[in-house]
Amino acid sequence: MNISRTQTTNVLPPPIERFTLLGWLKKNLFGSWVDTLVTLFSIGFVYFVTATFLRWAFQTAQWEVIAVNLRLFIIGQYPLAEAWRIWLGVHLIAALIGLTWALYVREISNILGIGLLVVPLLLALIDFSLFNRLNLIGLSLVGLAGWFIGRKRTAAIRRISVWSWVLIFPIFILLVRGLFPQGEVLPVVTSNLWGGLLLTFLLTVVGIVFSFPLGVLLALGRRSELPILRTISIIYIEVVRGVPLITILFMAQFMLPLFLPGGLTLDRVLRAMVGITLFSAAYLAENVRGGLQAIPHGQYEAAHALGLSGYQTMVLIVLPQALRAIIPILVGQFISLFKDTSLVAIVGLFDLLGISDAILAQPNFIGRQAEVYAFISLIYFIFSYNMSFVSQRLEKSLGVGER
Amino acid sequence: MTNNQKNGGPIIICRDIHKWYGHFHALRGINMEVNKGEVIVIFGPSGSGKSTFIRTLNRLETHQRGQIIVDGIELTHDVRHIEAIRSETGMVFQQFNLFPHLTVMQNITLAPIYVRKWPKKKAEEIAQQLLERVGIPEQANKYPGQLSGGQQQRVAIARALAMQPKIMLFDEPTSALDPEMIKEVLDVMTELAQSGMTMLVVTHEMGFARAVAKRMYFFDQGQIVESGTPDDIFYHPTEERTKLFLSQILSH
Ligand SMILES: Nc1ncnc2c1ncn2[C@@H]1O[C@H](COP(=O)(O)OP(=O)(O)OP(=O)(O)O)[C@@H](O)[C@H]1O
Ligand SMILES: [Mg+2]
Repeated sequence: MNISRTQTTNVLPPPIERFTLLGWLKKNLFGSWVDTLVTLFSIGFVYFVTATFLRWAFQTAQWEVIAVNLRLFIIGQYPLAEAWRIWLGVHLIAALIGLTWALYVREISNILGIGLLVVPLLLALIDFSLFNRLNLIGLSLVGLAGWFIGRKRTAAIRRISVWSWVLIFPIFILLVRGLFPQGEVLPVVTSNLWGGLLLTFLLTVVGIVFSFPLGVLLALGRRSELPILRTISIIYIEVVRGVPLITILFMAQFMLPLFLPGGLTLDRVLRAMVGITLFSAAYLAENVRGGLQAIPHGQYEAAHALGLSGYQTMVLIVLPQALRAIIPILVGQFISLFKDTSLVAIVGLFDLLGISDAILAQPNFIGRQAEVYAFISLIYFIFSYNMSFVSQRLEKSLGVGER
Repeated sequence: MTNNQKNGGPIIICRDIHKWYGHFHALRGINMEVNKGEVIVIFGPSGSGKSTFIRTLNRLETHQRGQIIVDGIELTHDVRHIEAIRSETGMVFQQFNLFPHLTVMQNITLAPIYVRKWPKKKAEEIAQQLLERVGIPEQANKYPGQLSGGQQQRVAIARALAMQPKIMLFDEPTSALDPEMIKEVLDVMTELAQSGMTMLVVTHEMGFARAVAKRMYFFDQGQIVESGTPDDIFYHPTEERTKLFLSQILSH
């Protein structure tokens, strides 16, 4: 194509700004004396904080509290002989992540994708037991395998990936909990032995999976034309939102049994899960309601005019748009939920925070608070950051905000 | 009586329709009969109740007094009647109201698949034919947000036609369009009128009215002030209000 020949009007190229380091520095950092001052002060401050932290991390800190207790941090008191079940579950998840990644993320050269592959390999360099190191290597291989399968991007694979994500959750719980009370294969591991990151993870996932439908139902209830349904929804949402999570967790521990039919008991972990779910659902309901309000009335009218029933209108037209519009808010809420599960430590569960406190209470590790809390902060951060990254990806591929 | 109407009697009968919004009397006794295959144009000043009236016909608005019989079925609170009438009646809105999260194809096939229970393949074939009929066969896989206003409105017409309705209702279908797109939509509507579709059209496009309308109704303050053939309305209006309104909209 010869552009100059088709040019009839005076189309000018944009002015070229030549990039020079000095020019950039001058423009962005030292534009005026105030800029200069702010820049110098910021550099000084960042240097001070980083240097202090690094000096502590590499000179003062005694990390063996982490190394010795790593298993406790990750899976709590979960019996070692059954740890393979968790590994198996994690492998399934890794394969699914690889598969989904190939389906929905365009560039493989993506830093995060490579990171996901390389991190387990790097971890495998550390002198864990041979079994764990092999498993870490396995994670990368399985993830890569999933990626290769997903690369075909056929409709069938897409469908499989969606169903797998639905199924992975009960399968994982089943693996963790076991099947037979006294069996040879998959013996039950009672939930008082679940701990560490494993428990934090389970609390979060259960919270999300169950509070999501409950929250949507509450949001619909609040907009319902049936006065009783509406009133119940409003009361529920407002009461729960007016109470701190920690009190709900305590009530779930001590008051939930009152509401259960005689003979039925829930263990402590399950009670915490119920508390978290009920809490999260109320907030979710309000967010979903916000999404519902953003749907113009014309959408309902068009759907009704076509003869769709009220239920079909909701499920096919309104909810998909409403939920898509609030994905960023939902993910934000799920990230908070993930971090808020740490409150179960106060009601005596050994999640990531709870197990840390337990470790710090041992005589050999007294005074190692800084190391332990820095470590678990890092873990919380890594997972939270990944969730927000995935959500950005999801927004992009669903085209949120583009239409 | 039902059989009578199915065999050539009026397909829409409105007797003394009244509608209130709170204390505001929006429709004040509308009487109208429409025969199969007729094209009716409704016009009148803003707020005269044109939209309200046309929307009572598929019960997007409820009327509080009077009787509406569409294709032999009386509109009451009975949900089954409402759904039956809605699936026989297509509606096209001023603001298109396409579903932005669905492709053009999905917009058109949604109701046939979920209401008519057609297999997806059949629905898609018919949708593709309709897209050709409205002149945009190549846009099937785009999203509404990627189309021009005129194209969106044509998709909306195709979406309504996909249910194979007996009646089509249009509420100012070209009012939200830029001038250069109005024609492409009116062309589609003209073709539809010539194919024998029963149509009720709220519009101020007088060229369209003159070309295809069987009868025209002038609405003001919730009442039908005057009705007649386009010739009657344009050349021999009897009411002062009609003359005044026509002179206003025809002057520019
Ligand atoms: N939901 C509503 N609540 C209260 N009043 C309404 C409502 N809808 C319409 N009205 C009133 O009823 C009257 C008729 O409205 P309608 O929309 O039918 O007018 P229209 O003839 O279609 O006008 P336009 O040409 O502006 O579309 C107006 O005065 C309007 O303010
Ligand atoms: Mg109107």
